[in-house]
Amino acid sequence: MPEIYSKYPLIKYLRKEALPTALCPGCGGGTVLNAFANAVDGLKLDPRELVVVSGIGCSAWIASPYFLADTLHTTHGRAIAFATGVKVGLPDKKVVVISGDGDLAGIGGNHLIHAARRNIDITVILVNNFIYGMTGGQLAPTTPFGAKTTTSPYRNIEHPLQISETVSAAGASYVARWTTAHVYQLIESIKKALTVKGFSLVEVISQCPVQFGRRNRMKEPAEMLRWFLRNSVPLAKAKKMKPEELEGRFVIGEFVNRERPEFTEELNRLIDEVQEHFGLKEV
Amino acid sequence: MKYPFPVGKSDFIQGDEAIARAAILAGCRFYAGYPITPASEIFEAMALYMPLVDGVSIQMEDEIGSIAAIIGASWAGTKAMTATSGPGFSLMQENLGYAVMTETPIVVVNMMRGGPSTGQPTFPAQGDMMQAIWGTHGDHMLIVLSPSTVQETFELTIRAFNLAEKYRTPVVILGDAELAHMRERVYIPNPDEIEVVYRKLPANEEEAKLPFGDPHGDGVPPMPIFGKGYRTYVTGLTHDESGHPRTVEPEVHQKLIGRIFRKILGHKDEIISYETFELDDAEIAIVTTGIVSRSAIRAVKMLRERGVKAGLLKLNTIWPFDFGMIEELAERVRKIYVPEMNMGQLYHLVREGANGKAEVELISKIGGEVHTPMEIVKRVVG
Repeated sequence: MPEIYSKYPLIKYLRKEALPTALCPGCGGGTVLNAFANAVDGLKLDPRELVVVSGIGCSAWIASPYFLADTLHTTHGRAIAFATGVKVGLPDKKVVVISGDGDLAGIGGNHLIHAARRNIDITVILVNNFIYGMTGGQLAPTTPFGAKTTTSPYRNIEHPLQISETVSAAGASYVARWTTAHVYQLIESIKKALTVKGFSLVEVISQCPVQFGRRNRMKEPAEMLRWFLRNSVPLAKAKKMKPEELEGRFVIGEFVNRERPEFTEELNRLIDEVQEHFGLKEV
Repeated sequence: MKYPFPVGKSDFIQGDEAIARAAILAGCRFYAGYPITPASEIFEAMALYMPLVDGVSIQMEDEIGSIAAIIGASWAGTKAMTATSGPGFSLMQENLGYAVMTETPIVVVNMMRGGPSTGQPTFPAQGDMMQAIWGTHGDHMLIVLSPSTVQETFELTIRAFNLAEKYRTPVVILGDAELAHMRERVYIPNPDEIEVVYRKLPANEEEAKLPFGDPHGDGVPPMPIFGKGYRTYVTGLTHDESGHPRTVEPEVHQKLIGRIFRKILGHKDEIISYETFELDDAEIAIVTTGIVSRSAIRAVKMLRERGVKAGLLKLNTIWPFDFGMIEELAERVRKIYVPEMNMGQLYHLVREGANGKAEVELISKIGGEVHTPMEIVKRVVG
C-alpha cells in the first residue's frame, strides 16, 4: 500500500487492498467518500452495523469496494430496491445507498420516489455530477439546460430533474443538498441523514471534470468547484427568488427534516397488531 | 409455531394458494411482489399469512424492484420469494442474472400466460420455458422446476427453496394460469414431515473471507450473510473468490462461471426429478412437463386400450436437462411425441437429447387451452 494511504486518518474504514481508487484525478467522488467516512467516524458508528448498497456508474464505485462494510454492488438503477430488502431483513442495521444521478434518479428514479414515499429507513447519498461519466459523458436527467454532452453535442434542450425537491415532495424524512465545495455542511448532513428515522437523501453536486467539465469550459476541477460556489444559493434566499432566476443555480441546504412514520417500524407494528388480533401473541 | 392454515390434513385450494403455503412451510419469511394475473393470488395469500408467522410481504413499485428486494433480503439471511407472470418475468431477467452471478438463493415463480407481450392474461401457456432457462444475458446456470398438479405445485415449491438454499442459486418455478387458479385437493403436511434446508454459513472467519470460494469442493461456497460482521463484498461484476471485481482476467471469469455451472451440473442427478408412466415396455414415448402431462397420462391409457404401447416421461425439472436420459429413451422407442402449449420449446431439448436415435414430433397447441387427451391420441395413431 502506498504511504499516502497510511497517513489518511480514516484508512481503517477502507478496504486497503482495493486502493488506489478507480476514480479519475479531480473527481468529486473522493470528497464524498471522505465526507461519508468522516460522518461514520463522527457518529462513532461501527462499520459492522452498516450495509452499503450501490448501483452502476462512477458514483456507485465511491463506497464500493472501498468502504469496508457489508457491501452489495447491484444492477443499474436498482440499488434502492435491493436496499429495501436488506433493510427489511436487517432492520437494526444502517443501510446506506451511495450512487449517482443517472443510476438513482434516471433509470432508477421510480425506486427513489417510492422509497421516499414509503419512508423506509435508508440513507441515500446521491452524487449528482450532471453526466453519465463511466460510459463516456452522455446526457443525464440532471444535465443543465444548454450543456454539451456526447449525446447532446450541440446543446441540451431538456431541463434537469430537481432531485431534492422531488424526493422532499415524495415524503422523505430528511433531504439536503450540498456541493463538494461545502464539505463540512455535507458531513453534518450525512450525520443527520444516518441518524434520522425514515428515508433520508443527501444530494451532493459533484464535479466530473473529465466528462462534463472539459466539454463545458471547465476542464480543471477547481474551475468546477468555483462554478459550484458562484452559483450556490441557500434555500432561504432561493425561496425569495423567481424560478427563472434560479435556472442554472444550485439551491443548497436542508430541504426537509421531519418526523414521519417509518416503514420497517410500521411493518413490525402491523405484525404485532395482527398476531394479537388472532391470539398468536404470547401475553 | 402456529400456522395460519391447517397442517397435517388435506385442503381444497388453488395452485397459487398452495405455493404461498408451501413457501411458508419451507421457511420463506420475505415476499416482495407486484400485482399481475394470474399470480396475484400468491401475493394476496402471502400478504395475509406473512404477518402471522413473523414474516413480511411488501409491494414494490415494479417487478424489477420485487426481485431486487428479495435478493437484498436473501443477503440479509432471510429466505425470500417473488411471483409473477410473463410480462413481470421479462422485467426480472436482469436481476435473475445478478442472483446467478452473486449466488443468491431466491425463488422466483412464473405462472405462465399466453404471450408475447400482454397476450392472454387469464389463459395458460408454456411459452416461457426457454426464457426461464436462457432469459438473462450471458453464460449462466440455474434451476427450473415445473409442476403439473396443485399437489405438485405445493411439493415443488418446498423443493425449490431447498435447492436454492443448498446450491446457493436462484430457482424458477414455472407454473401456468391453469394451475394458478385451479382448485384441487392438496395434502398440507405437518412441519415435521417436511425436510427444510438452510444455506451453508461460514464455519469460521477464513471461510467467510471467501464468499465465492469452494472450501468444501462441492462448488457451493458458504454464504457470509450481511449483519454478522463479516463485511462481505458482493458484486455482479466478475469477481474472485473474495468477491472483489476482477473484470479483465479471462481466467478469473472462466473459474467463476465454470464453478457456477459445476455446482449445478455436478449435482444434476440429485436436482433432476421426473416420473414415468407405462414407459418400461413402451414403443411410443410421450415427453411432457407441466399441465399438459395430465392430458398425456390419459392419452397413454387410451392408446394402451387401442393396443399402442405408449408410455409417458413427465419432467418435473426442466433445467438442468438430462439429455443422456432422453438419448437412452430414444434408443428403445420408435418415436417420441412432445405435446406442449407453445410453438415448440421442450421439443428442441428432447430432439437434441434424442440425438437422431428416434424420430421426435412436436404436438404444439397455443391459444390458451390445454391439449385434450384425444388430440394427443389422434396424432399418435394418425
